[in-house]
Amino acid sequence: MFSVLTDNWDLFGQGFWTTIKLFLISGVLSLVLGTLLGTFRVSPVPALRGVGTGYVNILRNTPLTLVFAFLVFGAPKMNIELPSFFWSAVVALTIYTSAFICEVVRSGINTIPPGQTEAGRAIGMSFIQVLSVIVLPQAFRAIQPPLMSVLIALLKNTTIAAGFSVAEAGAIPAAMAERGENQMLTLVWITIGFLILIVPLIFLQRWAERRTAVA
Amino acid sequence: MSDSGTLTPDTQNRAGLVALSGVNKHFGELHVLKDIDLSIAKGEVVVVIGPSGSGKSTLCRAINRLEPIDSGSILLDGEPLPSEGKALARLRADVGMVFQSFNLFAHKTILQNVTLGPLKVRKTDPKQAEKRAMELLERVGVANQASKYPAQLSGGQQQRVAIARALAMDPKVILFDEPTSALDPEMIQEVLEVMIDLAKQGMTMVVVTHEMGFARTAANRVVFMADGEIVEESDPETFFTNPTSRRAQDFLGKILKH
Repeated sequence: MFSVLTDNWDLFGQGFWTTIKLFLISGVLSLVLGTLLGTFRVSPVPALRGVGTGYVNILRNTPLTLVFAFLVFGAPKMNIELPSFFWSAVVALTIYTSAFICEVVRSGINTIPPGQTEAGRAIGMSFIQVLSVIVLPQAFRAIQPPLMSVLIALLKNTTIAAGFSVAEAGAIPAAMAERGENQMLTLVWITIGFLILIVPLIFLQRWAERRTAVA
Repeated sequence: MSDSGTLTPDTQNRAGLVALSGVNKHFGELHVLKDIDLSIAKGEVVVVIGPSGSGKSTLCRAINRLEPIDSGSILLDGEPLPSEGKALARLRADVGMVFQSFNLFAHKTILQNVTLGPLKVRKTDPKQAEKRAMELLERVGVANQASKYPAQLSGGQQQRVAIARALAMDPKVILFDEPTSALDPEMIQEVLEVMIDLAKQGMTMVVVTHEMGFARTAANRVVFMADGEIVEESDPETFFTNPTSRRAQDFLGKILKH
């Protein structure tokens, strides 16, 4: 059982390292883009709200595989060249995941009582200050559990990149089949690998919830 | 005699630190402020009373533009209220506001609640902001709670912190929007005492309240509103003993009976 892993350490190591890179880079980018879109959706400017709503409706309702296909096969036809399949995957995962993060952030913002915003405005804070100092920190406190669910989904969604020439963990079974290894055990080890990656996320969430707890 | 020497308190009063003229405001069909003219002099304590739905809270919130108005003008220290953006924020920094539901920043400690405005808006030195905040918390009697969060304090304590938060900006005027209406009876007095203290020290205050006792002891002037209009305006003694309008007589009859 262990030899399946130890004999193919190179394959597993490289695969999961690519998965981790995909996850971390698109995770950070999705958080930034998703938060920005979430604030668009609650902004007083109708045009920004329209952009936010349109974005969410298109990206959230498109299957991720199609988003990948558009970037890998469609984008070059429109003369949009990304440096590698890896970066195509990053972009696909980011634009898809940020639509979900946008909605989570928006729901978090909506839980903040209007009095908090008014109090901020009343002491002379600008719109950006009220948002960044008063509203978003409280919103993030409220959305940690659903936000972590979206990030865990992102981690698992990285395996779709295997279908688009990115040698991440999802590509390991095919390579193992070529080496004539046991497929069942390969899948078991990949599952264990993902569990190992997800456990720290769960602890991160617990830590963040404790750290931001208020009374 | 110099020009300034000829100014009588009366003309100063007309110039006004806060001056509303011809202010109108609608909520859809509802005409909540009807041609409001009101001038508040520096150091004056004006208490606005009236039945609920009379527009008194809206009037209070219009003064720092938390409610935009439809027509008319509001001048603060001679300057018209800007409609949006940085100029409005700068002006709001000079107008303190105390809300019915306190609205302390839930994720900040008591001390941070008071220092936030000076730090973010006035760009005060952190040490100095903290020192001043502690003095103000001392003054309102909650300095020993400085490191707690709002939810750990009683309503009365929270409202006193909210007053300290407003004072930390060194405002020209403080607006109180029913500051004791959400409090348990035994906590009302502790908040009113802080407010009476402020009034004595010459702070310009606009107070929307149902506390007639406060109006009698601390107000220079009582403004009675009904149906979006200022119906009657006089010193508290005259208003409570000898109201001239029918509406004010009715209102006082209802609330002073028991």
